[in-house]
Amino acid sequence: MAVALLIPFTFQLEPASGLILLGAAYTSTVAGGAVSAILLKIPGAPANIATTLDGHTMARKGHGAKALQLSFVSSAIGGVFGVLLLIFLTPVLAQWALAFGPSHLFWLAILGVTIIGSLDGSSVVKGLLSGCIGLWLATIGFDDIMGAQRFIFHDSLAGGINVIPALIGLFAIPQVINMFAKGRKRLDAEVLEVERHPVGDAIREVLRRGRALTIRTATGSIIGLIPGVGGQIAGLVAYDQSRKMSPEREKFGTGHSEGVIAAESANNATVGPSLVPLLPLSIPGSPTAAVLLGGLLIHGIFPGTDLFDNHPDVAWTFINSMLIGQILMCVFGLYIAGLAARVAQVPNAVMAAVVLALAIFGSYSVQTSMGDVYIMAALGTGMYFLERFGLSAAPLVLGLILGPIAEANFVQGSMIANATVGIGPYFFTGALNLTMIAVVVASIAYSVWMELRYRRFTTKEDAIEKEEALT
Amino acid sequence: MKTLIAAAALAISGLGTAALADGHENNPARPVMMVSYGAGGATDFQARIVTMTAGNEDALGMPIAIVNRPGAGGRVGWNWLATQADADGYTLGAYNVSHFVAQSIEGGVQYSVDSFEPIANWGADPAVFVVGADSEFDSMQEVVDWAKENPGGFTFSGAGLFVGHHIAALQLEKAADVQLAYIPNNAGGAGAMRAVIAGEVMGGLNNLSDAFRPQEAGNVKSLGVFDLERNSFPPDVPTMMEQGFDIDNASVNYRGIMVPKGTPQPIIDKLAEIVPTMFENGSVASRMEAGGSPMHVMTRHEVIEMWAARQETLTELLAGL
Repeated sequence: MAVALLIPFTFQLEPASGLILLGAAYTSTVAGGAVSAILLKIPGAPANIATTLDGHTMARKGHGAKALQLSFVSSAIGGVFGVLLLIFLTPVLAQWALAFGPSHLFWLAILGVTIIGSLDGSSVVKGLLSGCIGLWLATIGFDDIMGAQRFIFHDSLAGGINVIPALIGLFAIPQVINMFAKGRKRLDAEVLEVERHPVGDAIREVLRRGRALTIRTATGSIIGLIPGVGGQIAGLVAYDQSRKMSPEREKFGTGHSEGVIAAESANNATVGPSLVPLLPLSIPGSPTAAVLLGGLLIHGIFPGTDLFDNHPDVAWTFINSMLIGQILMCVFGLYIAGLAARVAQVPNAVMAAVVLALAIFGSYSVQTSMGDVYIMAALGTGMYFLERFGLSAAPLVLGLILGPIAEANFVQGSMIANATVGIGPYFFTGALNLTMIAVVVASIAYSVWMELRYRRFTTKEDAIEKEEALT
Repeated sequence: MKTLIAAAALAISGLGTAALADGHENNPARPVMMVSYGAGGATDFQARIVTMTAGNEDALGMPIAIVNRPGAGGRVGWNWLATQADADGYTLGAYNVSHFVAQSIEGGVQYSVDSFEPIANWGADPAVFVVGADSEFDSMQEVVDWAKENPGGFTFSGAGLFVGHHIAALQLEKAADVQLAYIPNNAGGAGAMRAVIAGEVMGGLNNLSDAFRPQEAGNVKSLGVFDLERNSFPPDVPTMMEQGFDIDNASVNYRGIMVPKGTPQPIIDKLAEIVPTMFENGSVASRMEAGGSPMHVMTRHEVIEMWAARQETLTELLAGL
């Protein structure tokens, strides 16, 4: 979004200056989305959904500053690692990125679906139910491949449900309604004491969790390489894996630092690798990379061999700007962390109005469409009632994101399969397919095992207590 | 509680103002051009380049603002232009032919060629048939021969259904009398090209301007251009006609500016006179060339003829679907 808005400005700039602007914006938007995810529980982009799970809980407990610091430090480490991969391993990784065909992307999306159930940790069934609602919402509109019309009852729905207004509505509106509902209390009754937190401690904490950090950064980089999926689900997959492997798994979701570190290091680690297919092969690996491609072309610079042979200065300026951008973003982030955490002290009444205004503005500005604002409001109001039944927004949004990926790749894959080897061999043979299927099966088996194991310990009273502690 | 209600009222009044700006009361002070694809896409950035001199005194004398209304392969934006946009001469739209003509024939949209008045055409991007660099095929005849032995077994990608690539695929099937497996890609031309380079499909149709780069990089071979003449960009790629297939320029992706029906005739005439000269501005041409976007300036009358011709060919081609 930010990159697309800046493109027209770069027309008038020197190619190098223009690209520095785009590179820096590209690196910063993912990390910036964590600020609202932590403080307001509104993820700035799909990449930041996982950050809300622990980050916002930390902020509620008064550790907002700490959560922001952890998020920016791990973002920077993940981001720098991703860009270094881009610098040193592009030729090798580009071939690997191409290895993902429709069948593999389909299994990857299914892997994402298996995470849906266990995402918010309270109930697998409710998680899956929200996920299914999300998958259904994803079918609205003209479908991407065949152009069939589905559930279009009004013009605003013809383009389908855009993820950003949905994200804003599902996360922000239930909170706004809750804040208004609590409005009878005195304004200053709930003001939290914001704990100051030294930056050095945050850096030490991130480094202390080195194992989690390394694994998540690597996960993020690998997922970032896969064209078309990338940043949107890397954070969630990393968060999920972290929780499943951590000895302190029950702490996840209650404001555990490792949750923030895992999500943010992974989602920023996708930034560099998502450009791996773009620079040597001129294939954009993410929507933002596609916009960057436009920005390069407008200056007469063609990604591919031409870029590195004939414009090495421009290419390296661009890549280095992303590296420096990561570090500056971190410094700036740490500076504002102290100030931004004061957001938690704003009284509910004021906060609700501000969030509502931002939600409307944010939804409108994505495609300058009032239709998106209505969609945001409708989904948000619906989510408020769903939350009453214990459903949560994160799995719903994940369903909305994964639905089109799974569907489009299944349709494409089966069209290719029908013309060639047949559906069975196409989806179920080959090393990569089998590996993906094995991971999917393991993920399902683990969720079932956890559900059976923990059901014995968790009574209904515990669940209510936990919920009350959060609200 | 009063504070709360006041706060909510404030926020909702913000909603009201935004709605007003979207409505009809607001007469824009300067021209706006709707692009029915996302910012940064090929249509978007070409639209921005060709309108960048609109503010010059010898052009319109006021800059044109670009507004993106993406969704459903352009249908959302064109629906808006046909039914909701003000026909006051300040509201322009970018068109992609064959896309919007084919979509209107397919049905389910609220526009047809009669919903809009063309102003001028700025670009033409023919479809080209590509295969991977290590493919066994070196000419269209070899592709067709293979496909005749394996009916429906030759997989090739394109940017979607009811777009230029799909039209080209139908033309090829008809002209060569073969059955092929056209695989529409959900990630547009870039995704279709990826599928070819990665070897997921045996070949693909793509925009000439987008196929040029991977060809230079040695990732694909271009076998045939779906246009009446060879293009100056890669001059060594033969047309389909040269290779003995009766395929004309019906799949060429034309881009230009139009206005909604009902725009006052004097304004249409004035725009039709000025806009082509604006496209021919030297700085526009050099920037388009640098970006690898083929220019093809056509006047309003030429575009009217082109739309009518396209409507006829596509109705016939798509009738069999």
